[in-house]
Amino acid sequence: MAKPKIALYWASSCGGCDVAVLDTNEKILDIAGVADIVFWPIAIDFKYHHVEAMEDGAIDLCLFNGAVRSSEQEKIAKLLRAKSKVVVAFGACACFGGIPALGNFTNRAEIFQRAYIEAPSNANADGTFPQTLTRVSEGELELPEFFDTVLTLAQVVDVEYFVPGCPPPVDIILKVVDFFATGRLPPAGSVIASDKTLCDECQRIKEEKKITRLYRPHEIIPDPKRCLLEQGIICCGPATRGGCGLRCIEANMPCRGCFGPPPGVIDQGAKLVSAIASIYQGDSEEEIARMVGEVLDPAGTFYRFGLADSILKRKHCQQP
Amino acid sequence: MKKITIDPITRLEGHGKIELFLNDEGDVENAYLQIPELRGFEKFCEGRPVEEMPRITSRICGVCPGAHHIASTKAADAVYHVDPPPAARKLRELFYCAHIIHSHIAHFYALAAPDFVLGPTSDPAQRNILGLIAKVGLEVGSEVIKHRAYAQDIQAVIGGKATHPVCGLPGGMSKPITEEERKDFEEKAKSLVEFAKFSLKLFDDLVLANQEYLELITGDIYAMRSHYMGLVDSNNRVNFYEGDICVVDPEGKEVARFKPADYLGHIAEHTEPWSYLKFPFLKKVGWKGMVDGKDSGVYRVNSLARLNVADGMATPLAQAEYERMFETLGGKPVHATLAFHWARLIELLYAAERLLELCRDNEITSPEVRTIPTATPDEGVGVIEAPRGVLIHHYQTDDKGIIEKVNLIVATVMNNPAMNISIRKAAQGLIKKGKVTSEGLLNMVEMAFRAYDPCMACATHALPGQMPLEVVIRDSQGGVIQKLSRHLTAKPLEIEILGG
Repeated sequence: MAKPKIALYWASSCGGCDVAVLDTNEKILDIAGVADIVFWPIAIDFKYHHVEAMEDGAIDLCLFNGAVRSSEQEKIAKLLRAKSKVVVAFGACACFGGIPALGNFTNRAEIFQRAYIEAPSNANADGTFPQTLTRVSEGELELPEFFDTVLTLAQVVDVEYFVPGCPPPVDIILKVVDFFATGRLPPAGSVIASDKTLCDECQRIKEEKKITRLYRPHEIIPDPKRCLLEQGIICCGPATRGGCGLRCIEANMPCRGCFGPPPGVIDQGAKLVSAIASIYQGDSEEEIARMVGEVLDPAGTFYRFGLADSILKRKHCQQP
Repeated sequence: MKKITIDPITRLEGHGKIELFLNDEGDVENAYLQIPELRGFEKFCEGRPVEEMPRITSRICGVCPGAHHIASTKAADAVYHVDPPPAARKLRELFYCAHIIHSHIAHFYALAAPDFVLGPTSDPAQRNILGLIAKVGLEVGSEVIKHRAYAQDIQAVIGGKATHPVCGLPGGMSKPITEEERKDFEEKAKSLVEFAKFSLKLFDDLVLANQEYLELITGDIYAMRSHYMGLVDSNNRVNFYEGDICVVDPEGKEVARFKPADYLGHIAEHTEPWSYLKFPFLKKVGWKGMVDGKDSGVYRVNSLARLNVADGMATPLAQAEYERMFETLGGKPVHATLAFHWARLIELLYAAERLLELCRDNEITSPEVRTIPTATPDEGVGVIEAPRGVLIHHYQTDDKGIIEKVNLIVATVMNNPAMNISIRKAAQGLIKKGKVTSEGLLNMVEMAFRAYDPCMACATHALPGQMPLEVVIRDSQGGVIQKLSRHLTAKPLEIEILGG
């Protein structure tokens, strides 16, 4: 039997998902042994035209990381979809938008204004902005177009599986490889992680107690054995899927939700609001108003990784 | 005018493109390194609590997340006017030494070494980390993988995750380390010192002992006379974690020394319409375009720049290697772009030695790793030497510590003008009379910017460590007249002459 063909691609992302693949250490050699890597722009010399020349469905598995925020990324997502039997949204950005999707609180014009005009180190008296087409003395230079809105991969193409995490942990990466090596594929649409919440998997002591105030992480030294939320620190554990290995919790820091919503939850942020509301003890309207005020950045905290995939999707922006 | 397009190359967080324009004689008239990406961290971080910034900004780069995390944490310290306890400061530096080690090992072995161990014009099917392992042996390959993993493990224990750590808070670190962890780190650090020595020996045997490579390193194609910038400690030694920012001119004369918080007096950024990446320059010298020399504000950062700026290394073995490098290459400053690789290995040794020192520090397991900030937050700058050079995070907040303004100047951006110049120079030296004669040439153009380890190193930190590269030569009407591309490892080079 021919070895399965794997493609890896990155779009709007940081490269951390690719380092995560590298962090399989010596097992990367095993992966190269059981599969042919036919496209991995960051590592191997196949070009878009090589992919274009492939027959539809020629790639067995495509691991696509990064969100989609440019016309080029959208084009490659569609190309890889056509050429792949199975497409996996790999990592938080491809699954939910991730940190780049915090850009959906703003838009292209505001980002350009800040980056190229306002930033205090700029020496740009002429107000130059990058252009998709520039005429220089020797000829023309092109740049791809930058979207207003960051999209998840599934908002652009059909996706079979979702591997969450920022970045995905090594055990889950090896699990995905094993599915393909053995042909034991889970049902389409599966999220390859735990079906429990992070809270369910967390070993910290929970006392089912109520809280009367919130602390920001730098304002308190939390007991490393007790539930962070019950110590007044916002932790996204109740509204986040498990399977991450509790990496942040072990470092005595609260979850920020990079594994996305647990099964049955459509909107991670809405679920978090209700989880926090249920633990908050407030007897008067003033108390409640104070507590609400203690959540300083609700949108950026509850939708840290999931804005593009939420019901909100983005801040409303007026089109010129 | 003919246009040669190199597209796609892999670059920091996405793709890059090189455009070369050939004049009527077929010589390279000009070169452009275009960066087609922007994510807008400076804008979308507005409104976020400053203590969350270390966890948000690490996502700027998945290869050097530790650098952004620590720079951001230091900026948050400054915003709150808080000093971390001594043990937290040391623990951050220990973490950061491990981070530098991970990055430098991955860069040298997966990216740089194949060019030298296998040769710049060797078979592209072999010129990668797998070919390298085949040549130097699986045993060495396993050592490389093992030691990079050691560096990742140390970061993960302290930071929760090596990629996108969570340990940094204004005023300290999220948790102390245990004695058991310290012992484990110490054993790993000892092994890393030996591995760094081995890596320098490998560089001696396979690169410096080869006259052809030595000539390539010291030759004109890859030379550039620029200013250099780096962090130095109070004894003027290289320091990754803290210090003053020092600048030397192409003669090696110190022309500026300033506190990180004063960066705006010294660094400004030019914008070109053809790249999303800006072009930083020395404000007092001024922007003179994409040119090198004493009168141009173009400066370089990263390993060689750090060594050119400093008087030496703070650990004994690295100091000896520092002296040897400058003796071999004719004294300070060294302008040979390919010497960035050598300098990087000397830094690997320094980082391993410093890691070992910190593992043996009596205070390193102290549980006192947090100071709760009490001052009103306002504004702060955090600067660190990222593996790729000086990294600046600058935040302004309201009195609750909510971000109002962010300015970020990252190392690869600082090297953006220099990379453009180096690419142009290499292309001008290699492409004559319109002829692109071999695939090896493409690799040699790549080598001009590979030395800078721009964050496209993400790419080359991975197997098999070679960038996708295609060169298309077009006539002035845009018709393709020649196309060169590298193919997958198992196949030989294929050259398609499509016309003209």
